[in-house]
Amino acid sequence: MVEFAMHNAWLVPLLPALSFLIIIFLTKPWKKLSALVCVAGMVLSCVIATLAAYGVFTNHEFTEKPLVYSVRWFSMAGLNIDVGVQLDPTSAMMMFMVTLVASLIFIYATGYMEGDPGYSVFFSYLSLFGASMLLLVVSSNLLQMFVAWELVGLCSYLLIGFYSHKISAREAAKKAFITCRVADFGLLLGLLSLQIVFGTLNLTELAEKISHFEQYTTMGILTLIALLVFAGPIGKSGQFPLHVWLPDAMEGPTPVSALIHAATMVVAGVYLVGRTLFLFHEVPTAMELVAVTGGFTALFAASIAITQREIKRILAYSTVSQIGYMMLALGLGSLTASMFHLWTHAFFKALMFLCAGSVLHALHHKADVWEMGGLIKKMPITGWTFVVGGLAIAGVPPFAGFWSKDEILLAAFDTGHYVLFGMAALTAFMTAFYMWRLIFLALFGDEKPENHPHESPLNMTLPLIALAVLSAVGGLVGTPWAPFWQEWIFFGHPHHADPNYLIMIGSVVLALAGIYLAYNLYCADKTRAKAHALAERYRFFWTVSYNKYYIDEIYLWFNHTFIDGAARLFYLFDIYVVDGVFVNGIAAITRLSGEGLRVTQTGRLQNYALVFFLGVLAVAVVLAFTDPSTAAGLTGGVK
Amino acid sequence: MNGFPVLTTILLAPVAAALIMTFIPRNESKLIKCIAAVGTFVSMALSLYVYFSYDTALGGLQFAEKIPWIRDLGVNWFLAVDGISLPMLLLTNLIGFSAVFASWNVDNRPREFFILLCLLITGVMGTFVAHDLFIFLLFYEVVVIPIYILVIIWGSSKRVTKEYAGMKLTIYLLIGSAFLLVGVIAFFVKAAGVLGQPNMSFTALAEAGKQLSAFDQTWLFALMLFGFGSLVSMWPFHSWSPDGYAGAPTAVSMIHAGVLKKIGGYGLVKIALYMLPVGAKFWAPYMAVLGVAGVTYAAFAALAQKDLKYIVGYSSVSHMGYVMLAIGSFSVIGINGAVANMFAHGVMAALFFSTVGFIYEKTHTRWIPDLGGLARQVPRLAVAFMLAALASLGLPGLISFIPEFTIFVASFKVYGGLAVIGIAGIILTALYALRAGANTLFGPPREEYDHLEDIRGPEMVPLVVLGTVLVVGGILPSLLFDMVNSGAATLMTHVESAVKLGGVFK
Amino acid sequence: MLTLSVSLHHYLILAAVLFGIGLFGVLTKRNAVAVLICIELMLNAININLLAFNKYITPNDFIGQIFSIFVITVAAAEVGVGLAIVIAIYRNKLSVNLDEFDWLKW
Repeated sequence: MVEFAMHNAWLVPLLPALSFLIIIFLTKPWKKLSALVCVAGMVLSCVIATLAAYGVFTNHEFTEKPLVYSVRWFSMAGLNIDVGVQLDPTSAMMMFMVTLVASLIFIYATGYMEGDPGYSVFFSYLSLFGASMLLLVVSSNLLQMFVAWELVGLCSYLLIGFYSHKISAREAAKKAFITCRVADFGLLLGLLSLQIVFGTLNLTELAEKISHFEQYTTMGILTLIALLVFAGPIGKSGQFPLHVWLPDAMEGPTPVSALIHAATMVVAGVYLVGRTLFLFHEVPTAMELVAVTGGFTALFAASIAITQREIKRILAYSTVSQIGYMMLALGLGSLTASMFHLWTHAFFKALMFLCAGSVLHALHHKADVWEMGGLIKKMPITGWTFVVGGLAIAGVPPFAGFWSKDEILLAAFDTGHYVLFGMAALTAFMTAFYMWRLIFLALFGDEKPENHPHESPLNMTLPLIALAVLSAVGGLVGTPWAPFWQEWIFFGHPHHADPNYLIMIGSVVLALAGIYLAYNLYCADKTRAKAHALAERYRFFWTVSYNKYYIDEIYLWFNHTFIDGAARLFYLFDIYVVDGVFVNGIAAITRLSGEGLRVTQTGRLQNYALVFFLGVLAVAVVLAFTDPSTAAGLTGGVK
Repeated sequence: MNGFPVLTTILLAPVAAALIMTFIPRNESKLIKCIAAVGTFVSMALSLYVYFSYDTALGGLQFAEKIPWIRDLGVNWFLAVDGISLPMLLLTNLIGFSAVFASWNVDNRPREFFILLCLLITGVMGTFVAHDLFIFLLFYEVVVIPIYILVIIWGSSKRVTKEYAGMKLTIYLLIGSAFLLVGVIAFFVKAAGVLGQPNMSFTALAEAGKQLSAFDQTWLFALMLFGFGSLVSMWPFHSWSPDGYAGAPTAVSMIHAGVLKKIGGYGLVKIALYMLPVGAKFWAPYMAVLGVAGVTYAAFAALAQKDLKYIVGYSSVSHMGYVMLAIGSFSVIGINGAVANMFAHGVMAALFFSTVGFIYEKTHTRWIPDLGGLARQVPRLAVAFMLAALASLGLPGLISFIPEFTIFVASFKVYGGLAVIGIAGIILTALYALRAGANTLFGPPREEYDHLEDIRGPEMVPLVVLGTVLVVGGILPSLLFDMVNSGAATLMTHVESAVKLGGVFK
Repeated sequence: MLTLSVSLHHYLILAAVLFGIGLFGVLTKRNAVAVLICIELMLNAININLLAFNKYITPNDFIGQIFSIFVITVAAAEVGVGLAIVIAIYRNKLSVNLDEFDWLKW
């Protein structure tokens, strides 16, 4: 079985793809059946993925040499592209995580989407997303990865815009796609350069060739390539400055936010950088940039999250911030820490989004956390699982987030990036604060009389419980005392850092301080007067943070002024210069010359006859006065 | 089917349909449409057969038919296909068949309409299967007349009148073909001098062409570049295209943007580049510059449009810029990309125009501010629209991505920064394609369109046929590329050896 | 010695004069019927030429005579058609004055 699963891992993306086709072409009219097909496809994938992952994680060979099998996709002289599967601990872990989380979220969605007119379509999109995401994960070739990368982008577009009759959803979907497209432009250039310089896009071949890149190219070019490749992850993973689409993406149904915009798709960027770490590893400049981007984004997004009011927006900024953490870890060269955080984050962030969904479901889509309160009494399962998620993201031991965050902080400290370490630590404090601000505002405190919350049905709460368990214990696979994770997922050679108790204790203190501050401001003080006073005192900072540093407005202005301006300019040029002056100008010259010459057409027969006569006369005169031989030539050579 | 003149049959099936239609009473419009469908279906089925039984490993000319015609000029009825012409032939038939169904609701003089449509399809096919320059030109000119009549009678007037559009289209192309004709005749005369006897076959002309002096090749190529370039709507000779498509009836827009335009690109590759390699080498950078200019310029212009057909019109100009860029890269990969992209764009543009046509037919408007929320009311039409829009922006998994990628590889290698400007076009394309989609299909549904009927029955054919090709071609690009590469590799081997020679009399 | 024999030149001069008169009439006459008559003059000038050439250059053949018969026939037909047109015009416009007609314009 394990053997079969490992050598047929292509089934993992294929099964959801089949579900997609089945739903679209066959079962669309039957909602329950469609949902069943979708869930069944993903669960089957999950089984295969689990078996394959088991196979990988029991054989240490695969950390050195991945299992690769592929077929030729298309080829021509000088351009051969394969598609295939590359199984190593990283991709096996990712495959397992994605199928597991996706299965849980799909099950959740069967309850959440109840009664929606687009039920079947929704599940077909989910299946398509699952297929694309898994294709991305197993890719053995960067072009294949890019294809999947764009396809997940498409699914994201379709699902964000799922409530397409809402203008906000429509615009958010478009924004997500276009923003990612801008980033993908860079990525595409990077891939093209790789193809041109190294003649291949296969991951294993590239890794081999880049390890002695001097034979192919210079350091400068390689740096440029690395930066171009990194543009893609900046967009897809919502890093500064292209993070703007991710909070807007919350227009989509909540299971989508949980699956795509928290657990899986948005970390594809991290995964891509992780997959191509052999490239970044050669280029210290790029590594620094990745680390700085990550660290800055983490802090930046956290600073926005602390003032937001909409529940899903807070979570979205938190996602941006946490992905910043992962990027930071990658930039520090620690694939271990980055993937570890990706793993734990998937569980607790999916959990929190699903909880948020459950809350929204209960409150009929009232999203402002200030209008909630005391929900934990009416919705105990949702509430307490949310608390587990909150503990995990804040980094309270022994919950999952603690271990992975510790790993990242340790990596920053050990590599001597003290500024980044400081930023990460500050972010950890802010994360604990804003997350618990959300929890205290929404779950605790007084109940609002106008809300009539109720606990969600079983098919929604079961995934919550499962994810809560995973968020609680998911980090135990990589504790400093039992470094299972660290032995399997690494770049170069395994990283065995001694447990640094100072950092551990420090991070716990920061987390607890954040939670305590939130408790003080939003829970202990029922009137929340202190919170308001604080906001009032730092009015400027509060406004800037609440308005997300006005970055959306700047982009919008840029887009309207320059892009649309240029568009109008080009169009006017087309109409008035290319078409007006040249094309119609030439036509006008033709017409005018015709008008000039038609004066000669008097319409009188006798005028014509006169001209005719004069013409004959002229010919006769010419012939009479020319040399006979020339004349013969003129008249056509008749002797 | 050895010895069976399958290419001639493909050519004549629509003609036969047209002849039969002349005997049908004019009010039997259903029967007329069915006959047109059968005629184009026969062609499509046969060209699918030819496509899949063509031996790509062997390559070269296959299914050749050669009957002497005008001996004094060395003209033969010489039809044959290779890896470059076969995709174009298939494309023509896929689109031709779909176009018949896209015009299923034509009520104004249906008999004349379908007769002209069938003749148009035949004309376009003829240019792709001809392996004789005379036959090629003959079909090239055959195409123009039905187009003109179809536009001015069945067209629609919006920003410009249909008469203006038809006139502009026809005259522009005739001017282009006049230059082309001069080039071809001059070339033919010079080639006859080299060969010692007049010969119109592509192969013979290519042998003769590479022996011409570099100077001759250069100016002959310039004439052909203008002729074919204006047909492929090369910037700045593109302005017939948006107006023409906007004025033309749906089927004509489909065929024109889908395949007719490709005759230009095809001619540039299969005639100009193949026969005048040194000239092509000289003009290649200029083609690349014009290509990039076209890509960016038309994409920006498309962004400013509010009429759906103009968007698609400018978008097709923009995509043809990629073809020019690819030919300008002067490499096997580039030619592969150029031909494959023409195929991909043909399918996509045809689907786009058929969808826009249906939207216009049902809502009586193409003006985007008057549209919105159609996804709820006509979901299948919305699927078709989105498929076309996504293919247009080069979404992987649909047919146009790999050709574009191929073009990018080829051109980035040769032109670097210039190519980057062209590649940036993918952002603009995404911008206008998604804007058009969003503003037409999404957003709050409008009451006045609540009664609209979704496409069904025969109207589904374009979506099914072209949509299938879009998806299958995207997932299995080798279906297309094995074919194209077998032609492009042979062609570029010839071209590169000829360029090394560098023109004999230099 | 003065011999008054008629040679080819005489015929040609006569024909040329006749042709000139006809041409002058065609170009200057206002009346359509007069123009038609002048055309007849020109045609007959040519007939004279044909017959003269026949007599003096190829006296054994009848080419010139045959051609002049052709010309006469065609001229008759032409006058028939011409007069018919003139009458038709006259019925419409009550005039045969050529200056009033510029229908060929544009």
